[in-house]
Amino acid sequence: MSTEFIAGIVVFVLAGFVGLEVISKVPPTLHTPLMSGANAISGITIVGALIAAGTGSGTAAAILGFLAVTSATINVVGGFLVTDRMLEMFKRKPRAKQEKT
Amino acid sequence: MTTLSYLLAAVLFILGLKMLGSPRTARRGNAIAATGMLIAIVVTLIDQDIVNWGTIVAGVLVGSLIGGFLAIRVQMTAMPQLVAAFNGSGGIASTLVALAEIERFAGNFDTETSVVVVLSLAIGSVTFSGSFVAFGKLQGIITGRPIMLPGGQALNALLALTIVGLGIWATASDSVAAYWAIVAVSLLLGVLAVIPIGGADMPVVISLLNSLSGVAAAMAGFVIGNEALIIGGALVGAAGFILTVDMGKAMNRSLANVLFSGFGGAIAGAAEMSDKPVNRATPDDVAIALSYAQSVVVVPGYGLAVAQAQHAVRELANELEERGVDVTYAIHPVAGRMPGHMNVLLAEADVPYDQLLDLDQSNPRFAQTDVVLIIGANDVVNPSARDDETSAIYGMPILEVDHAQTVVVVKRSLSPGFAGIDNPLFYEPSTMMLFSDGKAAVESVIGAMERV
Repeated sequence: MSTEFIAGIVVFVLAGFVGLEVISKVPPTLHTPLMSGANAISGITIVGALIAAGTGSGTAAAILGFLAVTSATINVVGGFLVTDRMLEMFKRKPRAKQEKT
Repeated sequence: MTTLSYLLAAVLFILGLKMLGSPRTARRGNAIAATGMLIAIVVTLIDQDIVNWGTIVAGVLVGSLIGGFLAIRVQMTAMPQLVAAFNGSGGIASTLVALAEIERFAGNFDTETSVVVVLSLAIGSVTFSGSFVAFGKLQGIITGRPIMLPGGQALNALLALTIVGLGIWATASDSVAAYWAIVAVSLLLGVLAVIPIGGADMPVVISLLNSLSGVAAAMAGFVIGNEALIIGGALVGAAGFILTVDMGKAMNRSLANVLFSGFGGAIAGAAEMSDKPVNRATPDDVAIALSYAQSVVVVPGYGLAVAQAQHAVRELANELEERGVDVTYAIHPVAGRMPGHMNVLLAEADVPYDQLLDLDQSNPRFAQTDVVLIIGANDVVNPSARDDETSAIYGMPILEVDHAQTVVVVKRSLSPGFAGIDNPLFYEPSTMMLFSDGKAAVESVIGAMERV
């Protein structure tokens, strides 16, 4: 295996542990926005899609690239937007503050 | 510089996820993660020698329109379907990236790249087709009941083995056809793996597909040698994995059991309906019980979401709070169709999040609770899970509502829940049954309150 590939595995494993560590503390109330937010992050595939669409040549590459960019963009744009929409509702808590005081 | 920019994007993802862990910082966390994504995209466009700008602009435009439209228009009750659909589109994106690489190099990869190409194709495709079956089930296009296929698990095992075989062939021969065959078989496997899983098990399935969409992105990262994808994908894989385990625990079921048993309806025929008498209540009875209580705990279930009763419940809670009644909400982890779904629905109805209690927070409180109001929940409050060792749901953690003074159950009929098990709670002397649609029931109780 090339050193680059092994470095990739190292990064993958360490990032996985960081993920476990960071996410295990999320309260159940936020599980849905967490999942849709994480889902949007998995749209990082868009980087690969942009490279495929932007640098390939030929009809097949163009079609695959277009489809990859489209589906990854749906994931990124839709994911972050809908997460924001949900979290906006969680933020609006004037009553809660009144009751606490 | 490019690598450092990708690192910055990855750091922003981690910070964003961390901030998603608290209601106060969550929205900013999401924005920070989105900023990381924007950086990754811009850097890619600058760094790569992009020649086909038209393709990119078209893809981004179409994708943004579809994604944006769905995100803005979706009803909160339909959130599980939407997340399933987004998981699916992320999965297929990874498959397509790997396919584009196959086209570019005509399938000529070194061994290690072949392996990650195969993984990227297989995981991405399973995620895609599995997610869309889950979408269909949640949307009601496909029946939510488990569909047991003849030879189901054996067939799936065979398909999985076929993928491995094709993977070895593709790696050894650099055959483009073999790679495409992997996509075809994986798409079929995704469909057949999710079809037998019942609607009530969807929280586990969606979490797992979420995890897989992350792993698929990471594999695509190995294929194109990009660490931003590897890190982002690994983070999401871990997040989905934690939620999958949590949901499994909340149902006292192992992942294997969820995936392979066809639970959630398959044994419904075995339900034995008790003919013991129940206390039928009128909306006036319920209004009186609630008005004279000091503390009321609302237990919402998926039935509440189906009946769109969350706003009516909030109205009732307002009414009670004005009379000095303390109202909180006890939410079981699998109350909705995805983790935390019920919390989103109640947040939409302006319920303050500090009134939303989880399993561990609410169980010690029931003994001091005057009235528990259960709307559209059944299995998660079934005492059999705690008391009856022969019960199919024995061992599943429940909300111990039977410790409260009075229990009011709003339910259409005595029919059993998804597990198909009779609920002894309904026959307790301290339980009042209000047979009605969730929303209509709550509205008629609000009406009756005015007369109390």
